[in-house]
Amino acid sequence: MKKILGISAFYHDSAAAVVVGGEIIAAAQEERFTREKHTPSFPRNSVQYCLDEAGLHINELDAVVFYDKPLLKFERLLETYYAFSPRGLVSFLKAIPVWLREKMFLKRLLYQGLREVEPYDRNKLKLLFPEHHLSHAASAFYASGFDTAAIVTVDGVGEWCTTAIGRGQGRKIEFFRELEFPHSVGLLYSAFTYYLGFTVNSGEYKLMGLAPYGNPNADETRKFVDLIKAHVVAIKEDGSVWLNQSMFNYATGLRMVHERKWQKLFGFPRRTPEGELQQRHCNLALAIQQVTEEIVLKLAHEAKRLTGADKVCLAGGVALNCVANGKLLRENLFHDIYIQPAAGDAGGALGAALAASHIYFGEERVQPGFYDTMKGSYLGPSYSDKEIELMSRKVKAVYTRIQDSGELTRLTANKLAQGNVVGWFQGRMEFGPRALGNRSILGDPRNPEMQRKLNLKIKYREGFRPFAPSVLAEDTEAYFTLSSPSPYMLLVAPVQERRRFPLPADYHKQSLWDRLYYMRSDIQSVTHLDFSARVQTVHRETNPLYWQLINSFKELTGYGVVVNTSFNVRGEPIVCTPEDAYRCFMSTEMDVLVIGQYVYLKEDQPDWHNRERWRHNFKPD
Amino acid sequence: MEFLEDLWMFMKHRKKYWLTPIIIVLLLLGLLIVFGGGSALAPFIYTLF
Repeated sequence: MKKILGISAFYHDSAAAVVVGGEIIAAAQEERFTREKHTPSFPRNSVQYCLDEAGLHINELDAVVFYDKPLLKFERLLETYYAFSPRGLVSFLKAIPVWLREKMFLKRLLYQGLREVEPYDRNKLKLLFPEHHLSHAASAFYASGFDTAAIVTVDGVGEWCTTAIGRGQGRKIEFFRELEFPHSVGLLYSAFTYYLGFTVNSGEYKLMGLAPYGNPNADETRKFVDLIKAHVVAIKEDGSVWLNQSMFNYATGLRMVHERKWQKLFGFPRRTPEGELQQRHCNLALAIQQVTEEIVLKLAHEAKRLTGADKVCLAGGVALNCVANGKLLRENLFHDIYIQPAAGDAGGALGAALAASHIYFGEERVQPGFYDTMKGSYLGPSYSDKEIELMSRKVKAVYTRIQDSGELTRLTANKLAQGNVVGWFQGRMEFGPRALGNRSILGDPRNPEMQRKLNLKIKYREGFRPFAPSVLAEDTEAYFTLSSPSPYMLLVAPVQERRRFPLPADYHKQSLWDRLYYMRSDIQSVTHLDFSARVQTVHRETNPLYWQLINSFKELTGYGVVVNTSFNVRGEPIVCTPEDAYRCFMSTEMDVLVIGQYVYLKEDQPDWHNRERWRHNFKPD
Repeated sequence: MEFLEDLWMFMKHRKKYWLTPIIIVLLLLGLLIVFGGGSALAPFIYTLF
C-alpha cells in the first residue's frame, strides 16, 4: 500500500491530496485555509490537513508528487521568447528573475515547504514530476472507475501541452494527440473573459453564465461567430485549433489580447471591469461559448475515432464548462461521461498522486464506491461538535442544538419554504470549485425573488449570475431533461418543457434585466434565461443528510429541488471552518445558519460590528 | 548540484543542447540577482509562466 502525497502549487489553485493504496483519502485546496482565493502559495495547510486525515507523517510517504514538470515549462518559456524575439523583451526581463530565484529550483521550494509542515529526512523523500496533462488525465480516469475510456484534457497550458486526447485502460494511460502552446482552447476562452471585463483564471464561469443573455437569433451573434472563426481561431476537423497570434498578446506580453485589434474587429472596446453590460457583450459571450462547444464536440469525436471507447473522461479547466459538457452528453457520442469535479489545477494534485500510485508503483485500482472513487468529492476537513460549540462560545453565538436529523432537516426545510436563505454547513468540505451540499447556501427555487436576493444581499455579486439547483437524484427527470447522474454540478440540462412558461414574442428585444426577472418556469430561481440549469443530482448514497433535507423540502412543498450556491461572498473562498461560516452568516443578510446539529437564527444573534470590514477583506473577482 | 544534474539529464533527454548557453548566461544573471537582492515578485497578470 503506497502512501502518496500530491501537490499542485506556484501558479494558481494550490492544493494537496493523499492517496493510500490507490484509495483517495483526503484532498483540499489551500485557498480554503489561507482565505486567499486561487492562492498560488505552497499548500502547507492542505498538506498538513491531508497528512493528519490519513494519519501519516512525511517520513512515512513513499512519494511526494508535484503536478507538472518545471524544467519542461522553463523550456517552453525560453523557446517562446526565442521564437517571438525581439518582441516580449519586457515580459522576458520580468519573468526570468522569478524563474531564476524560485521556479527553476522547484525541488528546493518543495523541500522547504514540506519542512514548514514538519521535520523529515530529506534523503528518504522521493520526489516525482508527472506531466501536467497526465496529472489531469489521471485525476479523471482513475477516479472514474471505468476500466477503459477515452480521455480528453483541455486547459490553458501545462508545460507545452494545452489539449490532449488519450486512452485509459486498466492502470495504463496513453496519449495519441497533443496540441501545444500557444494554441490553446483555454487561453482562447480566457482572452474573451478578459475582453468582456472579467478576471482571467477566475471569471471564465461568469462568461459562461453571461452567454445565455446573448440572442441566438441575432445577426450580431452570427457575425461574431464568423469573425471569431475568420480572424481569431481556425478550427480543424479533429478539434485542434490555430490561434492567430497577431490578435493575442499572452505569449510574450502582459495582457491577453491586442485590444485595439479586437476593438476594430468586434466594433466595441474592451468592457471595463464592473462596466455596464450591454447586449453586444452578451452576444459576444454567446458567440465564443458556441465556438468553444464546437471545439469540444470535435475533440470528443476525434477521441471516439482514435480510441473506439464508449466512455469518456474529461479534465482540465475547460472541462468545468458545464454547458459544453451538457451538449456533449446530448450528442450521445459516448454511453458514459465522467468529469473530474476538481477539473482545474487543484485537481492536478490528486491526479499526480493517482498517476504515481497506478503508473509508477503499479498498484491495482480500487473498486469504485457509488458512482466513482471520489467519495462524493467530500474529501476535505470536517469539524466535531466540540469544535462547533467552542467556536459558538468564542463569538457568543446563540444556537439551538437539534440532535435528531429528521427534526433538523424538517426545521431547515420549513425555513427554506418560508423564503429564508439558509447557510448549510455539514461534514467534510468539498474538493473542487463547487459547493455540493456541505458548504452551501440554500434557498427556495420557486421563489421568483430568490435569484435577486441571493446575488445582491447575500453574495454581493453581479445581478446577472445564475443559480444552480440541487435535485433529488430520483426526481431529476421531473424537472430537467437529464437522464445521467450529475453529482458534481458539471452538466447543464434544459428545464422540462412542461415546467416552462411561454415567453413574449419580443423577449429578446427586452432589456437584460427585464428578461432576467421575466417568469420562465415554476422553478424560476434556477431556470436560466435559455431555460437551462446547471444540475446537481443529490444521491442518498453519497450525502444522506443533504438528500434528507431536500426530501423534507419536498414533503413540505411538493418540490424535490432547492437552490444551491457556494457558501461565500464574492471574492471569498468557500468557507472551511465553522468560524468562517458564522462570520459569513453574520456579515450578509442570510437568515439561518445550520452547522452540524447547531441552528443559528439571525434574529437571535448578538450585534456584529465587523460586517463591512470583513467584506472588504475580499477583492472582487 | 542536484539541480545541475537534473538540468543536464533534462537537456540530454529532450536533446535541447542549444539551450545550454542561454541557461548558463541566465544562471550567471541569476547569481547577480541573488547577490544583488533584487525583487522576484511575480509581475504577471496571468500566470502562464
